[in-house]
Amino acid sequence: MAVNVAGQAASPDSRRYPGQPESAETVQLLTPEGQLVEDPDYPLDISADQIKDLYRDLVLVRRIDFEAIALQRQGELGIWASLLGQEAAQVGSGRALGPRDMAFPTYREHGVAWCRGLDPIKLLALFRGVSHGGWDPKEHNFHLYTIVIGSQTLHATGYAMGIQRDGAVGEDGEAVIAYFGDGATSQGDVNEAFIWASVSNAPVVFFCQNNQWAISEPLERQSRVPLYQRSQGFGFPGVRVDGNDVLGCLAVTTKALQAAREGQGPTLIEAFTYRMGAHTTTDDPTRYRLSAELESWKLKDPIERVRQYLIRSELADMPFFDTVAAEADQVGARIRKACQEMPGPPPPSMFDNVYAGAHALLASERDQFEAYLDSFADEEAAR
Amino acid sequence: MTRLTLSRALNEGLRKALENDPKVLIMGEDVGKLGGVFRVTDGLQKDFGEDRVVDTPLAESGIVGTAIGLALRGYRPVCEIQFDGFVYPAFDQIVSQLAKMRYRSLGAVTLPVVVRIPCGGGIGAVEHHSESPEALFAHIPGLRVVACGDPADAYTMIQQSISCDDPVIFFEPKRRYWDRADVDVARGLAGALPVDRARQLIPGTDVTVLAYGPMVKTCAEAAIAAGADGRSVEVIDLRSLAPLDTETIFESVRRTGRCVVVHEAAVTGGLGAEVAARVTEECFYQLEAPVLRVGGYSTPYPPSKFEEHYLPDLDRVLDAVDRTFAY
Repeated sequence: MAVNVAGQAASPDSRRYPGQPESAETVQLLTPEGQLVEDPDYPLDISADQIKDLYRDLVLVRRIDFEAIALQRQGELGIWASLLGQEAAQVGSGRALGPRDMAFPTYREHGVAWCRGLDPIKLLALFRGVSHGGWDPKEHNFHLYTIVIGSQTLHATGYAMGIQRDGAVGEDGEAVIAYFGDGATSQGDVNEAFIWASVSNAPVVFFCQNNQWAISEPLERQSRVPLYQRSQGFGFPGVRVDGNDVLGCLAVTTKALQAAREGQGPTLIEAFTYRMGAHTTTDDPTRYRLSAELESWKLKDPIERVRQYLIRSELADMPFFDTVAAEADQVGARIRKACQEMPGPPPPSMFDNVYAGAHALLASERDQFEAYLDSFADEEAAR
Repeated sequence: MTRLTLSRALNEGLRKALENDPKVLIMGEDVGKLGGVFRVTDGLQKDFGEDRVVDTPLAESGIVGTAIGLALRGYRPVCEIQFDGFVYPAFDQIVSQLAKMRYRSLGAVTLPVVVRIPCGGGIGAVEHHSESPEALFAHIPGLRVVACGDPADAYTMIQQSISCDDPVIFFEPKRRYWDRADVDVARGLAGALPVDRARQLIPGTDVTVLAYGPMVKTCAEAAIAAGADGRSVEVIDLRSLAPLDTETIFESVRRTGRCVVVHEAAVTGGLGAEVAARVTEECFYQLEAPVLRVGGYSTPYPPSKFEEHYLPDLDRVLDAVDRTFAY
């Protein structure tokens, strides 16, 4: 019988490639039951207050998501891409970032946006159709949401190449994190980003949230190998972490970012998680996946395990949880009100910011458009 | 004045840009030691180093995508796409990211990226090496699209494009790379014709011929030939394809009453269609004849043994000029 490099009997499953372990090693520091696990590669150096802060982040982020889904259902948003189930992956990685690190999100990184200090109202403006984003990436070192799948991984890599040219690698260095999903790993741009990052040893961390589903397509449609193992072929390390474990995601991302800052190049992190909700509010997952799968992932909830840990270890009491819940309600009410009161953009402003310099043709179209609008005002006045 | 080929003029322009601004980078396939397949970047890596003249992996989307990231970090990348027909893998990054990011950010993001593309046919090349995809880019809001037609313009326009804060798609007429002309390399950009303006190349009174890139020279020769026959042909080098310099175009057509647009690209949906529509709308009462287009046929670019028939030449330009007098 053939034996693979891990010393295990080769799987009869012909889809496995030689050397692939029977089961992927997954870093986990907090079990679904709320038990801490020691991992010599990722020693936990975190205070009780920091864990409580992470719990607060998780709860608030879920609440923002919940409120946004409700706002969409009530017609206040055109669409919403829920992060339900991915809170730990986003908060854990987001809190690993230093203020000078740069994040390149997809359109689902509401939890990372929260960690970077971006007002959730900006996200609602995008999904309400008031802007295509409209924030300054430099303000929070959080790039604009990218909707085309995988494009941002190249932007992140180019930005990291800029860090190298600025001499900002080494002690006190800077790093970049690129977010993407399991579906994106099939995109040419993501594979090109891996190549560029590898050959230029760019300070970038590729953070893949494998939520198992690319709309209706399961992971088997994207890959025959565990995603974190993809990095081997590109020549840099890959690691899989329990994406529902905020402590594991924090530790793994912290280490990868530090390696990048110090000049050790890229790392691929696969945060193994699950998209608990629909792809977006327009999607119907009951058409393509079984509810039993969803039920099994409910037992691995990213927030509940932190709560269990805090209770069991007596690091937090009921007033703490009540305070966080009350704050979540406040945040929910605030963003609801701000969303409902958000002014529509003035129509001529759709001509703004297409170009940095003067553009005669666009200027003349704007003039014509304004004159056209004014013609109705004249009509109104004549009545 | 220095006598330079168009390729060398671009090289001198790139060198000036690299000297003047430490944030300017050149990136592309074979741009380093080889100096590019047309030698446009010859010697630049030796003088400015591998971090500023960057030999990239062989993937066009990666070239433009990483250039966007570098621009976000404050750099001014100049990407070389090796041939026109190889730009399509980068089309998504150019159209969906490069062109739109400023708009997406409500003006917070500036992407001063230049994408250089050698374009057009006439060099006996194999498939995908002779195309004219400019209309695809001129159709995209957020991009500026320019084409140089001679060494002097190549020298100044590449520098102007690099200093422009908007993304610029810069077309270079590959069969004119070896044409020589006097270029004033001592001259700065101050006082140069802005990159978004057309230029009257040959004044005339009977008909306006509009061209850009490789067709500028063809049309200039046609104008001289027509002059020998007693027809006064005005030739305008459009230079900027997006935006079009309609002011210069309309002024000329209103004077001459006739207009012919010439390009190598297929006429269907080409720049000529855009020019014809605008001229018809704005110069209707001064027109003596319909605006005529001379361009490639609606076939893929054919094998090179056909190209003398496919490409507009002096006779086809003169034929169109004659037809405008038949109305």
